[in-house]
Amino acid sequence: MWKTVAQHLLSRAPAARQADPALVKTLRERVGASALGRSLAIRVVSAGSCNGCELELRATQNLVYDLTQYGLSFTPSPRHADILLVTGVAAHNMREALAQARAAMPEPALVVAVGDCAVDGGVFKGSPAIAGGAGGVVAVDLVIAGCPPSPAQIVQGLLALVEAQAPLPALPKRREPRRAPRLPPE
Amino acid sequence: MILLSHEDWAARRGRFIALWTDARHAYALYQPGELVAVELVDGAYPALSHAGAAWFQRLAHDLNGHTALGATDTRPAIDHGRAADGTGPWPEFKSPEVEGVHQVAVGPIHAGIIEPGHFRFSVRGETVLKLEARLGYTHKGTLGLIRGKSPRLAARFAARVSGDATVAHAIAFAHAAEAALRLEAPARAVYLRAVMAELERLANHTSDIGAIAGDAGFAFLDARFALARERLCAAAQAAFGHRLMMDAVIPGGVAGDISTGGAAAVLDALVALEAELPSLKRIFEDYASLQDRVVGTGIVPPALAEAYAAGGYAGRASGQTHDARLLPGYAPYDNFALFVPVEQEGDVAARIRIRLAEIPESIRLIRDMLHSLPETPIAIAPQAGSGAAVGAAESFRGPVWYWLRIESGVIADVFIADPSTLHWPLVEHAAATAILADFPLINKSINASYSGVDL
Repeated sequence: MWKTVAQHLLSRAPAARQADPALVKTLRERVGASALGRSLAIRVVSAGSCNGCELELRATQNLVYDLTQYGLSFTPSPRHADILLVTGVAAHNMREALAQARAAMPEPALVVAVGDCAVDGGVFKGSPAIAGGAGGVVAVDLVIAGCPPSPAQIVQGLLALVEAQAPLPALPKRREPRRAPRLPPE
Repeated sequence: MILLSHEDWAARRGRFIALWTDARHAYALYQPGELVAVELVDGAYPALSHAGAAWFQRLAHDLNGHTALGATDTRPAIDHGRAADGTGPWPEFKSPEVEGVHQVAVGPIHAGIIEPGHFRFSVRGETVLKLEARLGYTHKGTLGLIRGKSPRLAARFAARVSGDATVAHAIAFAHAAEAALRLEAPARAVYLRAVMAELERLANHTSDIGAIAGDAGFAFLDARFALARERLCAAAQAAFGHRLMMDAVIPGGVAGDISTGGAAAVLDALVALEAELPSLKRIFEDYASLQDRVVGTGIVPPALAEAYAAGGYAGRASGQTHDARLLPGYAPYDNFALFVPVEQEGDVAARIRIRLAEIPESIRLIRDMLHSLPETPIAIAPQAGSGAAVGAAESFRGPVWYWLRIESGVIADVFIADPSTLHWPLVEHAAATAILADFPLINKSINASYSGVDL
């Protein structure tokens, strides 16, 4: 146990990921400010993926990427969700369910398409069995491309979305902490 | 391929793997890769009585319009009868006719981050009397997209039939293409493929064991095993340029050599896993609250596993010794005296124990292979030939089979059999031995792919 404690004392936590300012700027023009705040609940709908994107989405919760530290969490119910996150080609057989999940969400809501399939059908583009991406069924605010995108890319994209629709207020200038008056020795 | 009469076709016995049709024939594949066919008459063929044949016959009907004469299960497979806007009717789900039964509908959208499918439970109190799975939600038209493409182009689709088994699917596809075109992949490619396949097995075994513990409310094992998977994925990225090693295996060899420093990255990840595994295993075995959830839960009796020719950990936990790496067998495993663990209990705990036992074996295989990588080219270009063949590879969840007919360098026809097709009925059976709350554990412990069967 002491070895573990020592390791924890010696190791330094990696710097928290920050949203890419250029991406935030572009996204802000697209989605605008919303009243959702910065702690967002995500409902994932897998709409005809190969399950590769689901593996990487689950990896965003592991000890390395720890999506929860940014106030983002996955929720089972669309009624609790601020973000609808769609993976897969939007298979014809999933169109109805995907549209229902979106309709069940309270407004305002954001929609993120994760993975090349959800962006435009990916390698399956042109198949008669698909709607050709999430955009064929629901209006999409942000796409995170990749086959599959890495957990780091997914986290980056979601952070940019948080920042774009609810920027942090500018922090007041930091003052020197006031020193506590020293007590005279008794 | 052996062409049979209708009588011989229907009377045939053996370990049934898959069934499909093309324009003129129906084909059936038996262990260890024996292909038989029968001529279609007016778009119909005699149904097979093997337990596992039902889904394949339903799929052949929906894909090609061919009828299995005398089939008892004629429910649609992937054809949900949907209108252009995607809306469609619900089928009728029949419950057992006993008092006090009601139905619980789950999906197609599930609570966790998993693929879509609909489960209809008939329950009395908490006890599940029957589970009917309605699949087909992820149907993407993969087979149609593969037709008309060269083997190299089509490899991208094989790699995306089931993302968690992308390497195994790509290897099985490459085996079929290479057999059809009478090529042999260079020795170095064969070794690198096996390294990737075993890395994939480790990544899935670790994360799935953790996820089952997580479903039982045991977050610690989930977190530690997820970290083990993360290390393996990061090593795969360093060694092969992709965290899941997608598109790394191509017909004729592999797409790229292992990177400089790649072997060291993989070996480091193995050391980390090996160091932590004994303590994680002890925790799994020692915690009574965890064992209480998994021991005796979701039993698949050996006879049932035999009837469905179950493979992978789902079969091995129920007395099935089959492993495509040994039978039909393929290089380079013949050089490494593969050990395949087998148990008889057939419950969730046994499936976890099989996977725990496979982890050290895969670690050993990867080490031995990386230390004896042959110095040959990594790929040869496929010639534009013609031929037909089946190919197999053992994925983490069981054997994957591909059938290809190539004409002048272009794929004229294809069929893909993921082991999940034979495992879904086992999920249905096992669920009906337990209470509703145990279903997540049972489902995760068999972990059948949705995308792999919906095609």
